[in-house]
Amino acid sequence: MINPWWITPLLAGLLLALIAGPLGSFVVWRRMAFFGDTLAHGALLGITLGVLTDINLTLALIIGSVCLALVLLPLEKYARLSADTLLGIVSHSTLAIGLVTLSLAQGIRVDLMGYLFGDLLAVELIDVIWIAVAGFIMLGIVIWQWRPLLAITVSAELALIEGYPVQRLKLLLLLMLALVVALSMKVVGILLVSALLIIPPAAARGLSQTPKQMALLASAIGMLSVALGMLASFKWDTPAGPSIVVAATGIFVLLVVLQPLLKRK
Amino acid sequence: MNATKLIQANQLLLKRQHKTVLHDVSLSIHQGEIITIIGPNGCGKSTLIRVLLGLEKLDAGSVERKPNLRIGYMPQKLSLDERMPLSVWSFLKLTRNVRSKDIRYWLERLNIEVLTSHSVHTLSGGEWQRVLLAKALLMKPDLLVLDEPVQGVDIQGQLELYSLIPQLRDELGCAILMVSHDLHLVMAATDEVICLNGHICCSGTPDKVSIDPAYLKLFGKEEVTAPLVTYTHHHDHEHDHQCGEQHD
Repeated sequence: MINPWWITPLLAGLLLALIAGPLGSFVVWRRMAFFGDTLAHGALLGITLGVLTDINLTLALIIGSVCLALVLLPLEKYARLSADTLLGIVSHSTLAIGLVTLSLAQGIRVDLMGYLFGDLLAVELIDVIWIAVAGFIMLGIVIWQWRPLLAITVSAELALIEGYPVQRLKLLLLLMLALVVALSMKVVGILLVSALLIIPPAAARGLSQTPKQMALLASAIGMLSVALGMLASFKWDTPAGPSIVVAATGIFVLLVVLQPLLKRK
Repeated sequence: MNATKLIQANQLLLKRQHKTVLHDVSLSIHQGEIITIIGPNGCGKSTLIRVLLGLEKLDAGSVERKPNLRIGYMPQKLSLDERMPLSVWSFLKLTRNVRSKDIRYWLERLNIEVLTSHSVHTLSGGEWQRVLLAKALLMKPDLLVLDEPVQGVDIQGQLELYSLIPQLRDELGCAILMVSHDLHLVMAATDEVICLNGHICCSGTPDKVSIDPAYLKLFGKEEVTAPLVTYTHHHDHEHDHQCGEQHD
């Protein structure tokens, strides 16, 4: 018998891992790891906004991180050059401001821990629908724009000279990243969103010969991590979000250790 | 020359942190021309190229390009992130509007078809330069821009590459703009030389530039005579084998 109460969170997690595979690969290739963190931390401001204006929290979250992505767009190249002090300031100050304003919003109770570390079991059907719709749209865009997105990642200058719309593609990638960060929040939480984006592609790297393989494998590893993490969470009553990240890390370590053995064959 | 003008640069001025990198640079490139920019390190060669390509902002002056000008650009350096697994084929496939047929043609033409499925991260300097050249050629360029095309290439490879350049011009009917720090290596392959040191010191045919006082002042006498040997060698390098036989 299908037990519907765990089907919803599992679906949400699997769908997110599916889209996080290719997007996370771009995060790894473009050295945007810290950038993802900043987006996630800043998204807490979106929640504050949502609480204060009493609009749908998921929507507020999306608006918040998309706005932040637009503000941060010019900073991306500095982040890639790892002149990241500025980004560090933005990242942690937005997190702190979010926490402070949330605590000041008197009379309103927000499940802060849920947002920081994820609350997968609180995922509702409406969240899954959000994730599914946004996820499949993004997946479609990534497949449709795969070559151009890869071209600007390999060399933005060559892409520019060849006539690719580099700025528009960068913006597209950033908006998708903001969206996936916002949607991942309920699953793994603000503090662990980057992990869901980065660890699966990193684990997939050693086994892949092409960018496409790496992205697909990252999706598969992410989905496996979600399943294993949730299983562990039910079995030992551990928090779901961190359990998923632990599972992903386990797979990563296993693959790194096994890789030389696999290659020898 | 009545050929189509591809690029016209007027009175370029570019400063970086109060330091003038380029000033009073004006030049034009016409279809079918091969132009080489030479100059010492830090003279603004690569910057000038980047300005012409539209990658740098100017403080004054203007660059006019022919509408829809197709440019193939081979950068001096392009380091790829090892975290992206990428074969030569998939790298070339990222060129805009490219056809597989053309990739196969250029891989063969440049003698690198054996590299097709190799990872771009394991190529030698010379191999990588050829792959970058192939990528530039895949743009079917009206203007081919080569920034220090022989960097990290052995002398044999350099000679091969420079003998290829006039052939490419004839085959594609394009103009070629090169950057080099060595006039005598490129002499036989170029129509016009622009000697750059922040501004244009002198320009003209390679023979003229090589005896121009401004050029000699910039490069010094000894630097000029030493590579001349290479230049002479270049002229008769195809007869090397016969020479050996005659001596026997």
